[in-house]
Amino acid sequence: MSELYFTNARLIDPEAGTNALGWLRVADGQIAATGAGDAPRAPAGTTVIDCGGKCLAPGIVDLGVKVCEPGERHKESYRSAGRAAAAGGVTTIVTRPDTAPTIDSPETLEFVTRRAQADAPVNVVPMAALTKGRQGREMTEIGFLMDAGAVAFSDCDHVVADAKVLSRALSYARALGALVIGHPQEPGLSKGAAATSGKFASLRGLPAVSPMAERMGLDRDIALLEMTGARYHADQITTARALPALERAKANGLDITAGVGIHHLTLNEFDVADYRTFFKLKPPLRAEDDRQAVIEAVRTGLIDVICSMHTPQDEESKRLPFEEAASGAVGLETLLPAAMRLYHAGALDLPTLFRAMSLNPAKRLGLASGRLSAGAPADLVLFDPDAPFVLDRFTLLSKSKNTPFDGGRMQGRVLATYVGGAPVYRRD
Amino acid sequence: MTFAHRHLLGIEQLSPQDITTILDLAETYVDLNRQSAKHCDVLSGLTQINMFFENSTRTQASFELAGKRLGADVMNMAMQASSIKKGETLIDTAMTLNAMHPDLLVVRHPHSGAVDLLAQKVNCAVLNAGDGRHEHPTQALLDALTIRRAKGRLHRLSIAICGDIAHSRVARSNLLLLGKMENRIRLIGPPTLMPSGIGEFGVEVYDDMRKGLRDVDVVMMLRLQKERMDGGFIPSEREYYHRYGLDAEKLALAKPDAIVMHPGPMNRGVEIDGTLADDINRSVIQEQVEMGVAVRMAAMELLTRPLTTGAAV
Repeated sequence: MSELYFTNARLIDPEAGTNALGWLRVADGQIAATGAGDAPRAPAGTTVIDCGGKCLAPGIVDLGVKVCEPGERHKESYRSAGRAAAAGGVTTIVTRPDTAPTIDSPETLEFVTRRAQADAPVNVVPMAALTKGRQGREMTEIGFLMDAGAVAFSDCDHVVADAKVLSRALSYARALGALVIGHPQEPGLSKGAAATSGKFASLRGLPAVSPMAERMGLDRDIALLEMTGARYHADQITTARALPALERAKANGLDITAGVGIHHLTLNEFDVADYRTFFKLKPPLRAEDDRQAVIEAVRTGLIDVICSMHTPQDEESKRLPFEEAASGAVGLETLLPAAMRLYHAGALDLPTLFRAMSLNPAKRLGLASGRLSAGAPADLVLFDPDAPFVLDRFTLLSKSKNTPFDGGRMQGRVLATYVGGAPVYRRD
Repeated sequence: MTFAHRHLLGIEQLSPQDITTILDLAETYVDLNRQSAKHCDVLSGLTQINMFFENSTRTQASFELAGKRLGADVMNMAMQASSIKKGETLIDTAMTLNAMHPDLLVVRHPHSGAVDLLAQKVNCAVLNAGDGRHEHPTQALLDALTIRRAKGRLHRLSIAICGDIAHSRVARSNLLLLGKMENRIRLIGPPTLMPSGIGEFGVEVYDDMRKGLRDVDVVMMLRLQKERMDGGFIPSEREYYHRYGLDAEKLALAKPDAIVMHPGPMNRGVEIDGTLADDINRSVIQEQVEMGVAVRMAAMELLTRPLTTGAAV
């Protein structure tokens, strides 16, 4: 493979926490060297890419993407999700097992892996369910699934309600060193909820859940971690009340990390307005105070990971009264532009954003990517953080178009995406 | 007299002037309805379809009568029994009816926001006859008209709304309307039946009914749904009646001329004492029903005025 030479690039290095002009050389699909300032003369036979002062960052590792294979390929396939990811600067998608049927056996996982390899232009690493059918009763074949390539185990938004089942699954997972991803939510309290409780939900007459349900779910999971010593990641922490518990658990040396979806960082409960179902998420959008607290937690590193929580839904499942409508939003292509809202608002700088979007998820999953250092895979995104555009949801490459940012004024566009040094997307 | 609304989806969108406009027009229909010839033809030639996705006898009858007295062609559709059972979506149902060119759709639905959704998809005026726990605007308007006629004004009154506030669209619409007209509102009920965030509504909240009723001008009772009576939200029917049922003793704490209201249908002996409900000196419950027809006639006339007069909205 020929060598690539990125010059005149603003290198966003989340490991070093730096953002400075420099160059980056790629050889054999890996980052060979980087440096500050003007690039040394390119050796013969290398392709020089003048980045024109635009940003070059490690490609996004999106932890928790739903691709609807098997079962609902009309909502999202590996081909469409992969193309959407490439267009969004996402070089690795970490897929969720909440498909129909659930990805809970090595056979299903192999099918998925085969489909992903055949169709997706980006890296796909799969997660598998923690319990069979995500029913919360019997644990899956965690060992076999790991052998087949599962990087983490999660029942997604189906909380394992039975503490005994979860404690056994965590103990077993610990012995194998498997990462378990939980959805911190007290299932009884949050049952049937379509909004976060408060004045807005009351005025709209929507069934609502107290933000306390998230803390209760997290508290329980933390107690079980103390008991079992498992490796654990909370998929989405979205409320201020849950943060002290997370902080204590980390201080106590538990092997715990936490994530948050981009929508909870950029939108709040009022965005639902007159029952706009594209804003119906799980957990529901929160109060502005919570949003601010969670942004601060990302800044300090208490929350480790920002993900898109990409959840494709077709038009029919959203064109319903709010309570009946499906939850979730697509996010692969809008993750980076939405994250740029936080950058332009002065809330988070670029190295911090890429620490949460690329470096930390890669580290947590034991992947070599997410870095700009020599030896890391050349998974890269070149983007212009300032380019303005108005998002038209029908231009998205995902099969499903359920984005809350439709018609939104965005700033920040992906110019090109590279996976293992090969271009997988280029904006014309 | 202007009324610049295409639909009547809730009280939230109405200004105090809009509310006064509707109530003033409704007064003329109160007079009409008391004559033996109750017919006028302002809606003549127009088609009104009542779509009730949730059981209702009283509200549907009131809307039907209102439409017929105004000369509209009224059709009732019991939606539970029809296509919903066959898997048709709300929007498909709406589009089907829309193709029949109605001029006015009166819709009740068990889910909050469903009527808003439907209104976005059809070409005619939509009148919300109750959506989930969200709004029931004509109920609040008829309550307002009843209060205005009994008290001579609709501002600077102290009004207690009692019972299951959390699940009540009647309570929400009344809260909004009475707040817009600058009244003092007290909400009385057990904390399990109070909506979240109630502290931010600018109302006084009481869990002790005796304290809450002190010196109020209006006592508005709400219906307690049967399915909420056992254990989940309140311990039992009899304990609820003891603590939150309106009887003569508790009413004595209110102003001597305080009126008693209830949106119906009543659970006698659960939220209200039967004798009190029938006391013509205190209870205006029958008058509420009467005002209901008049207010709905007024609302329908205002919504269809652009069609009947050719005037731009």
